[in-house]
Amino acid sequence: MSILVNKSTKVLVQGFTGSQATLHSEQSINYGTNIIGGVTPGKGGTEHLGKPVFNSVAESMELQPNAALIFVPAAFCKDSILEAAEQGIPLIICITEGVPTMDMLVVKNKIDQLGITLIGPNCPGIITPDEAKLGIMPGDIHKKGRIGIISRSGTLTYEAVKQTTDLGLGQSSCVGIGGDPIPGSSFIDMLALFNDDPDTDAIIMVGEIGGNAEEEAAKYISNHVNKPVISYIAGQTAPSGKRMGHAGAIIAGGKGTAEDKMKTLQSAGVHVVDNLLEIGIRTQQVLD
Amino acid sequence: MNLHEYQAKQIFADYNLPVSKNFLVTNSKEVKKAFNVIGGDKWVMKTQVHAGGRGKVGGVKLIDNIEDGIKFTNQWIGKRLISKQTDEKGQPVSVVMVEPCIEIEKELYLSAVVDRSAKAISIIASGEGGVNIEEVAETNPEKIFYEKIDLIIGPQPYQARRLSEALHLDAQQSNEFWNLFKNLVKMFVDCDMSLVEINPLIITSEGHLHCLDAKVNLDSNALFRQSNLANMRDLSQEDPQECEASNHDLSYVSLDGNIGCMVNGAGLAMGTMDTIKFYGGEPANFLDVGGAATKERVAKAFKIILNDPKVKVILVNIFGGIVRCDLIAEGIIAAVKETELVIPIVVRLEGNNSKLGSDMLQKSSLAIESDNDLENAAKKAILLAE
Repeated sequence: MSILVNKSTKVLVQGFTGSQATLHSEQSINYGTNIIGGVTPGKGGTEHLGKPVFNSVAESMELQPNAALIFVPAAFCKDSILEAAEQGIPLIICITEGVPTMDMLVVKNKIDQLGITLIGPNCPGIITPDEAKLGIMPGDIHKKGRIGIISRSGTLTYEAVKQTTDLGLGQSSCVGIGGDPIPGSSFIDMLALFNDDPDTDAIIMVGEIGGNAEEEAAKYISNHVNKPVISYIAGQTAPSGKRMGHAGAIIAGGKGTAEDKMKTLQSAGVHVVDNLLEIGIRTQQVLD
Repeated sequence: MNLHEYQAKQIFADYNLPVSKNFLVTNSKEVKKAFNVIGGDKWVMKTQVHAGGRGKVGGVKLIDNIEDGIKFTNQWIGKRLISKQTDEKGQPVSVVMVEPCIEIEKELYLSAVVDRSAKAISIIASGEGGVNIEEVAETNPEKIFYEKIDLIIGPQPYQARRLSEALHLDAQQSNEFWNLFKNLVKMFVDCDMSLVEINPLIITSEGHLHCLDAKVNLDSNALFRQSNLANMRDLSQEDPQECEASNHDLSYVSLDGNIGCMVNGAGLAMGTMDTIKFYGGEPANFLDVGGAATKERVAKAFKIILNDPKVKVILVNIFGGIVRCDLIAEGIIAAVKETELVIPIVVRLEGNNSKLGSDMLQKSSLAIESDNDLENAAKKAILLAE
């Protein structure tokens, strides 16, 4: 078991023939991911990476995709997500960075109404080691194992992955929920899935400054999660009022500091590390 | 992206939000004309900077004669305004806005923000205007009222009625408030705003609602479709280093320490700063060089970091995911040569082909220390910075 994706996930890539989509789809296929085809309006009927290209998501439904992976430019993400949602694809992953917040406010409310899971935007995607890689993460640092990883940051996820791989723990699944103010899925959504996954023993949650997603997660953890949670929060040295790369990583009006988040998580029983290099070791200690 | 008050008020006027007509002066010769155009016998002069707290340091003044208006203009134009909300250098003043003086009956508070928890736009109102709203939220949370706008449905009259009642508005003011409420939301959505703050929103002595101040932040991700607003950007109000970086698609934020950082990924860049601090050093900056750390981008990043004279050493931390570390090492070597780097750099490469990459760095005979362990690399950088 794992969460969200596995060997049998049938993946449709939107913006399939673009350069980023091509690079990463090829790597995903090499990893063993079941990419069944893609969509690029105007290029329907052709082949790309040995897979069929469709003009629309609707046309592709004959192949019954159950996950959509989106690489289209930021200006078109709202359209692509809603197009996949309209066709009832239950899992949508949007990698693109720079999607306007106003677009996400509409998208988020709509997909919630439809009961569809959206991961991202501005995220590395999701991987279940040795089964399926839907995103831009390097496949070879992963190892099949029993730790679930959730993170707002791409490269910090890789750090957590590398540490758990080096210690032999491995990962059940890893999800990058993205660094935007309005993400499709929250920490809570993913904590719930990992908590119910019989093949996950512990959960690593990598947060960062800005917003209150970590505080909300803390509350959820103390009430609903019965597996150990290990957490690191990036941005302990970040100044107030400055956007730290990610659109959502900003301390506004003194709210959303790493210190507050760490305290809140600690009091919810989460194992909080203040040094990112101790994520793996602490996880191992907690499990021993 | 931030706007000046006068720019925000231009947009307010376009959306029929009640604002005064204003006139901008950039030197003392224009004061007389400004007072004549606006009319009346009392004027408010406001320095235009991207920071609050202007009133407390004399940057906003009630003026009743031309001589004082000229004096105020000469006192501020070309100078820097230092307030509680600026850094110690302050913000440069190049424009002063002149408005008619309006008699205030009561000060209220109104704002619109993207509410990350509710996935909605929140309209926030209070009868306590003209003061620090965060303090009111701390001490008297019951005096602050919220309405959440569902973007699929849009603002509804019952929501405006609820706020009007909470603010004790009379029947005519409630009508005005509904217009204000709905136009505020329309403007917020149309213009991809992330924050609008009207503090204070006043009831004039004639009993009308009026926006006395206006603060607007825009969603930088949406500027591609807001070219009119993007043109309002005032680079003089921004950190020149941060501007230069953003022109090259690099995220850079300057800090106070002496260890320059160049990292791929925003989260890891913050994590690297934290790691330096954890082992006793002080980071000089946040810099996300992005996933594709090419020679050009690395060279540009080095130049930006080196513009800060405090920097004594650069710590490069790259997690090679899709990008191979040997290619990144090549980029670093070329960039070090090109920029004729004179301070030491410590490089930590992890991930794809990291061994190969660090071997290349070590053999390069440049002043590059390579250590694939982040703890060791951070400690080395800290030693070199001392």
